[in-house]
Amino acid sequence: MARDRDPGRENIPAIQKLRIQHAKRDRLRFTSHRDFQRAFERALKRAGVPMAYSAGFSPHPKISYANAAPTGVASEAEYVEIGVVALVDPEKLRVVLDEVLPPGLDILDVVEARTPDFVARLEASHWKIELPGTSQATLDHALKLFLEAPEVLVERMSKSGIRTFDARTAVIRANVEMGSDCAILQVVVRHGLPTVRPDDVLAALKKVADFAQEIPPRVTRLAQGPLLEDGWSVGDPFALDREATQA
Amino acid sequence: MTVQSVFPALEQLLPRVQKPVQYVGGELNAVIKAWDDTVVRWCLMYPDAYEVGIPNQGVQILYEVLNERADTLCERTYAVWPDLEKLMRENDVPQFTVDAHRPVGAFDALGVSFSTELGYTNMLTAIDLAGIPLHAVDRDETHPLVIAGGHAAFNPEAISTFIDGAVLGDGEQAVLAITDIIAAFKNEGNPGGREELLLRLSKSGVMYVPAFYDVEYLEDGRIRRVAPNRPGVPWRVAKHTVMNLDEWPYPKAPLVPIAESVHERMSVEIFRGCTRGCRFCQAGMITRPVRERSMTSIAEMVANGLEKTGYEEIGLLSLSSADHSEIAELAKGLADRYENTQTSLSLPSTRVDAFNIDLANELSRNGRRSGLTFAPEGGSERIRRVINKMVTEEDMIRTVTAAYASGWRQVKLYFMCGLPTEEDEDVLQIARLAHEVIKAGREASGRNDIRCTVSIGGFVPKPHTPFQWAAQLDHETTDARLYKLRDAIRQDKTFGKSIGVRYHDGKPGVVEGLLSRGDRRVAKVIEQVWRDGQRFDGWSEHFSYDKWMAAAEIAFADEAVDVNWYTIRERELSEVLPWDHLDSGLDKEWLWDDWQDALSEVEVDDCRWVPCFDCGVCDHMGTEIQVGPTNAVMLPMPTIPSRVAVNSGT
Repeated sequence: MARDRDPGRENIPAIQKLRIQHAKRDRLRFTSHRDFQRAFERALKRAGVPMAYSAGFSPHPKISYANAAPTGVASEAEYVEIGVVALVDPEKLRVVLDEVLPPGLDILDVVEARTPDFVARLEASHWKIELPGTSQATLDHALKLFLEAPEVLVERMSKSGIRTFDARTAVIRANVEMGSDCAILQVVVRHGLPTVRPDDVLAALKKVADFAQEIPPRVTRLAQGPLLEDGWSVGDPFALDREATQA
Repeated sequence: MTVQSVFPALEQLLPRVQKPVQYVGGELNAVIKAWDDTVVRWCLMYPDAYEVGIPNQGVQILYEVLNERADTLCERTYAVWPDLEKLMRENDVPQFTVDAHRPVGAFDALGVSFSTELGYTNMLTAIDLAGIPLHAVDRDETHPLVIAGGHAAFNPEAISTFIDGAVLGDGEQAVLAITDIIAAFKNEGNPGGREELLLRLSKSGVMYVPAFYDVEYLEDGRIRRVAPNRPGVPWRVAKHTVMNLDEWPYPKAPLVPIAESVHERMSVEIFRGCTRGCRFCQAGMITRPVRERSMTSIAEMVANGLEKTGYEEIGLLSLSSADHSEIAELAKGLADRYENTQTSLSLPSTRVDAFNIDLANELSRNGRRSGLTFAPEGGSERIRRVINKMVTEEDMIRTVTAAYASGWRQVKLYFMCGLPTEEDEDVLQIARLAHEVIKAGREASGRNDIRCTVSIGGFVPKPHTPFQWAAQLDHETTDARLYKLRDAIRQDKTFGKSIGVRYHDGKPGVVEGLLSRGDRRVAKVIEQVWRDGQRFDGWSEHFSYDKWMAAAEIAFADEAVDVNWYTIRERELSEVLPWDHLDSGLDKEWLWDDWQDALSEVEVDDCRWVPCFDCGVCDHMGTEIQVGPTNAVMLPMPTIPSRVAVNSGT
């Protein structure tokens, strides 16, 4: 007798959704998105989170990931949403999940999802780009040329070949600071299609100012969220959920 | 004196290499200890890419056993890919551990686990990148001891120039004994230097030290004798055997990498050793006798491991898992415990036996039935008698029929080509067998979409087996035979489309053959080919037969031997084999008799179920067969309250 049928696992719908903010720090910034997914799913198991699963032959836990930072880039603001089949206390989840994840993959905040369209709320990212070996003057000059340009076309290798797009328009705000051993570029980039990433901004700066960067930059996403009224500050994407919970 | 992490320097290179995550460590359950709090520091290496090395059970077990000692620290290192190797050389970054990124050259011992000889060139890269002199003779007290382990260590002669020692057999107790000796030596202030430390290790019998043995050769190239060159060094070095596996439930906290690995599951070893007596199988010969882990202990390891790792799949490992005396109870007990969870169980390495279909059905109770794998190894009944793989064609058809009938869609059959006495006809029988399998399978399942995949590779004779004297089949004949098989299957008009063929060409087998039955003269070939840039020999995209042959040409220029001499030459009983002074417990006379039985197509039974037939192991090593049944009962799992649910309290 052939076994075509679904094994008949009971499919319990999610009764609660939780939104999780996590960091990717230090050496674990080299974690790829796929690597993180595997580590996160195993952590949910170790923490005993009552996950909801999709139906079908190979059921998957209900998890949605949003706008993962590129491999090699650190982040203080990555977002994941999960569905559970039993009510979970957000603060307990934060503590337990953080405990079972390796140091460097740290759970920063958990809220109960009380509002729709979360991903749409992630309008922009604030990136800190540290450039060891680059002088502040060089970077200032490059940024000035970049900001003056109406558009700066850059190329990126994608699955469907080389893609050319503008890296200038998406940059809402940028400034240069001096760190202890490097120049630091702070930049706020609006998300779009294609999403302009920090390496695209760097490529654009190098293109307009023709400066060399020997040592690989250290990049960190500091925040991700809605653009506030001033037009360039990145707000807390959990704010609406928090208000709804308190109401 | 403490050592610095090389990570700040390495970090600069990582954005420029493929898959940087494999070099950063951060595995769950990894252990980092303070350097200065310990006396003995071990670095363990699996000489292949991280994704292949990280799941290795041997390394994981020893890592834990060593780190449990308060006076000892143990970290791990893996082979770096050529892109990072190049950058490390350009930027003076040494070979590092993934745990605390300490330089490998700073450790007391570098233990390298060889499942296969194809990792030898990668060991040379690691030693060299670590700043350790390539040749053991050039090292001093400041350098780690380089110690080989794993199955290939049963004949480490081909790498004897590069290693300080080799440990044969189970490593758990051996590494602790070595650690004791190193700790005492260091606490005494290193009296007598490296030579004295190696002498202590050698005299204790825990480790084979190649430098303390001289090899003399006859004019025709054969070995005249191998003899110790220091007083008190044993003539033969014996393997280690751990008895009572229940006392060694390792790994207790398996390492879970962040990077993807080749085995995305947790493994639990259910027994060690195998006495089925397959004559080609080195693993079965050198790991005798069978020592089972009890059902209760296995269940505990499974439960504990799942909790510590979060894995969704458990593999029940051994050389022939269905042979555990309580496998049916074990499979049912585990399937009951984990029914309606996302956890799945798998049983690699099963024999062709209808009983195994029931087992496989039990283990896949709530999962998908995609493919089952069997290893008849030999294509004809005649050749299966030669290799002592006792399975008749009738058994085989009955087994696969049962598999298709219970819903399995695909059956994979593993074979070898180039077995002793083999003719084309023995291999061509595989085509007929596959035809019969599909025919019976379609009848049994009533479906036409079932498949059978034939996977076949060249046989390499190994030390410490009855086939250690056999001539390896040359790669031209191997390939010709494989093509004939492929063509025969393609020409099967009725079922050819339902049968897949996967074969591995014969050339890599020649190099494996050279290395596995090699003697000390082969070291020159390894060094030459490594200097020519050869790395990662287990990877078809990196392996180069031509480079190896060119290196052998140079290395053997002044010798009476060549590659053919090591591979396709049949040996006589009287010949001194390069590994004769390394004792696997198997009696050489018994091995020879078994070789003669093979040639006469006489089969030998399994000593678990018939009286002892004196292979020599238990008698010689003071070991015994340890099998159940224990008649224990596996209870259902208690439900653990969730730590995150709202009603579970604070």
